[in-house]
Amino acid sequence: MPRILFLAPLALFAIVAAYLAVGLTRDARILPSALIDKPAPQFDLKALKDGDPGFSTADLKGDVILVNIFASWCVPCRAEHPLLMRLAQDKTIKIYGLNWKDRKKDAIAWLNELGDPYDLIGHDLSGRAGIEWGVYGVPETYLIDRDGRIRYKKVGPMVEETLTNEILPLIQELTQ
Amino acid sequence: MTVRFAPVFFLLGAILMLGAGPAWAVEPDERLADAVLEARARVLSKDIRCLVCQNQSIDDSSASLARDLRLLLRERLVEGDSDEQIFDFLVARYGDFILLKPPMKASTYALWFGPPAIFVLALIALIFFFRRRPAPESAIPAPLDGDERARLAALLDDDPQSTPAPPTRTANHKGERP
Repeated sequence: MPRILFLAPLALFAIVAAYLAVGLTRDARILPSALIDKPAPQFDLKALKDGDPGFSTADLKGDVILVNIFASWCVPCRAEHPLLMRLAQDKTIKIYGLNWKDRKKDAIAWLNELGDPYDLIGHDLSGRAGIEWGVYGVPETYLIDRDGRIRYKKVGPMVEETLTNEILPLIQELTQ
Repeated sequence: MTVRFAPVFFLLGAILMLGAGPAWAVEPDERLADAVLEARARVLSKDIRCLVCQNQSIDDSSASLARDLRLLLRERLVEGDSDEQIFDFLVARYGDFILLKPPMKASTYALWFGPPAIFVLALIALIFFFRRRPAPESAIPAPLDGDERARLAALLDDDPQSTPAPPTRTANHKGERP
């Protein structure tokens, strides 16, 4: 048997170790979206605030839009909220909110307290519209292009880096 | 008196425990009146992952998303969807990860065939190793020399009266044996 074969177990170990090392750097809780580059799903929601226009699939055509899934009971939503406020003040992009599994009065109180960055808010008490979007937790943030396709999904709260490294460059690319 | 009945109590306790079973996440208000559809729903929901807890099926999980998915599953069953249609609906929204059993397709071949392939390779390597491996030299004893043969013959001699060959391996050999 050639001498070099004695190195085979070591090589095998190196391969397995490299494979597992890569696995350790990935967060298994964050799933790739099945909806990337697909048209935004079909949904039709009533407005969170009575009297406002509702939020449905038809609203996601013609503009680059940021869709944010949020709930008043969600602590990370509170953490990312200032970033959304800043985006809204800069008027960089239309921001539509999907209020997920939340009571109307709680959500409205939350927005009164922290400010309302949303141009449109749909109220999804049952979570059914969320399922259409593939939501499995809040917050989640999506970017929709002019053709109404989902181009980006962020699971969990946005942080400064998410905004500057991922979202803002993509908005720029999509609005060109 | 009570001691006499102890086995009876023990047996009674054991029988009661048999009936207890595990607690289910499926709430009574979720269940369908149609027993056949409900049974199908239970079977299907055992293969659907709860994305909140990730290592539980929606049948086991008490997360609210799992409940929503159970209700959705039952609605679609009532509407007459096939198993395939239900799985396709969920995969379109959540990806293959929602299936506890990964589908067989090009990107999962390594997952499905990897372990058997490694097993077969290991088996081949093992057979190769044992068939080709030469006996190590140290394992073959050196042939006896003249003196040793004579001594062995003497030791094997049936007649205890015969004079044993004088031990030739003396001082100069001592300590040299491995």
